[in-house]
Amino acid sequence: MACNSIVMVKQVPDTSNISGEVMRPDGTVNRAKLPAVFNPDDKVALELALELRDRFGGKVTAITMGPAKAGELLRECLYMGADEVYLITDRNFGGADTLATSYTLSKAIEKLGSYDLIFAGRQAIDGDTAQVGPQTAEKLHIPQITYAEKIIDLKAGKILVKRRIDGGYEILESSLPLLITVLKEAATPRPFKARRLMSLKKARTRLELEKEASSPEELEKLIADYASKGLYIPTWSREDLGIELERCGIEGSPTKVHKVESVVLSSEGHEQIPPTAEGIGNLLDSLIGEHFFG
Amino acid sequence: MDNGSREVWVFIEHHSGRPADVSLELLTKGRKLAEKLRGPLKGILIGHEVDAVAKEAFRFGADELLVVEHPDLRDYRTLPYSRILCELVEERQPRVILYGATFIGRDLAPRIASNSASGLTADCTDLQIGDVTWKKQQYQDLLLQIRPAFGGNIVATIITPDAKVQMATVREGVMEMVPLEAPCDGKITKILYEPKAADQLVRIVERHREEKRSNLKGASIVVAGGYGVGSKKTFDMLRELAAVIGAEIAGSRAAVDAGFISREQQVGQTGLTVRPKLYIACGISGAIQHVAGMQDANRIIAINSDPDAPIFDVCHYGIVGDVASVISIFTETYKKKLK
Repeated sequence: MACNSIVMVKQVPDTSNISGEVMRPDGTVNRAKLPAVFNPDDKVALELALELRDRFGGKVTAITMGPAKAGELLRECLYMGADEVYLITDRNFGGADTLATSYTLSKAIEKLGSYDLIFAGRQAIDGDTAQVGPQTAEKLHIPQITYAEKIIDLKAGKILVKRRIDGGYEILESSLPLLITVLKEAATPRPFKARRLMSLKKARTRLELEKEASSPEELEKLIADYASKGLYIPTWSREDLGIELERCGIEGSPTKVHKVESVVLSSEGHEQIPPTAEGIGNLLDSLIGEHFFG
Repeated sequence: MDNGSREVWVFIEHHSGRPADVSLELLTKGRKLAEKLRGPLKGILIGHEVDAVAKEAFRFGADELLVVEHPDLRDYRTLPYSRILCELVEERQPRVILYGATFIGRDLAPRIASNSASGLTADCTDLQIGDVTWKKQQYQDLLLQIRPAFGGNIVATIITPDAKVQMATVREGVMEMVPLEAPCDGKITKILYEPKAADQLVRIVERHREEKRSNLKGASIVVAGGYGVGSKKTFDMLRELAAVIGAEIAGSRAAVDAGFISREQQVGQTGLTVRPKLYIACGISGAIQHVAGMQDANRIIAINSDPDAPIFDVCHYGIVGDVASVISIFTETYKKKLK
């Protein structure tokens, strides 16, 4: 059976490179100041979708909600082998929490039409909430399997998935459609294919083409031109998806950052121990004296 | 958007007829929140043959349990559980719902939040009730959801002022677990479960589960390594030290990501919270996410090559130097003292 998958991917700030200057006073992150990377779990999700397609046939569509910069992420999806990619973008989508994000993504998925599976990474490294997957599944009224570590089989409209639970694992059988969030261990993302990279590196989103066009007419011409070569990345705005202003972005987000405090660690001062046998020996003597060991 | 309710709910997770520790911890916390809200603390208990679990929930302070019992509900499955809870929330409108940040809680809570358009804050390290002025409006008795924020040593207070129901998840071990001094049996309200076709879309074929064997949570000495340990080889030196001094081994998230140690042994906001007598932090920079999981240790020794690492601000003893050589001296010196 052919298996059509939609993969929800996200470009995230590289959290291994955080410094104090990237925080805004309101506690949100100034993403522009951080290098942006493919969220690691999402890359694994894409890999799993591609492996299923390679085995059973079908189509893999990657979608992301993000700013203009996310065009690069979608090109990377194409280089890995995604058949189609979509950018969901609008200035009103900014500041979205997981509820507003899942609503926006669910509207995009409804517009894409039919699918067998939706994949997402377990969580994104910039928030670690692991909420958008299940929230999207709820909005679409479909079942979910979170923390998937292996897809065991797919046949006759049923999928068999091994997932992690506290202290063990379970094997679940589900009907389709289904949303799956995947653990990093589930697969090793394939490298970019050189041939796809060469042929698809010129793929552009609407936002990217806007910068090259001097008039709306020219933009439409550019889009038609790119589309005819298979290089246009469809770009959907809030209006394209029929999303109400009050349900997206910061407006549609119930969670608010009320205050942010720098933690002044209780710097009462500590005892400096020299990194020598004598220094450490003295420390051990006092700890042994206080019965810390044994 | 105050819904007028003063009810605090705790989703009670259970395995093999026992409530999960995290649920008892949340009941302990929930008692304080409910008291502040001047409302009842209610436990949501879904399962089959859960009498013993109910008893424990009362012992930890639940005033009332909403019990949904059915053979089909013996093991957690997303769809029946989330549907049942969504319906209960819709019908009864609690003010606060707390979930353990477990595999189950993190699978379930987002569906309820999505369905009821509530806010949901993951991995809170503290919860309080307080009055807030937000955008020039006064809000009374909001749930203050406190958690370290992304990047830097920063703690954020999250609120959901316009949501009817306020929800949070909390990791196991973060809150204290204290039974009532004089426990009394609360009220059990049985809720009828009506199976629906959609509940059967996902079937459990096989399940394998062992009670956690990790001794880390209750360990009296913990040796923890961070990314600064540098290599698996040096991390093995920490394991040796731990074996010699009778400690449990742990790691920071960066050490887990680097493959030095398993995720089950991660200490910090997204891992375990530990309260040992002695915590030896090796090559750990001291981000707030890590400190949140170990700051209650009685005594902290920090070993780091960077004299400006924030870990030195929380430690009692600081050793500036190369982790491998300091650990080697530490282990050898301790062995000599034993003789």
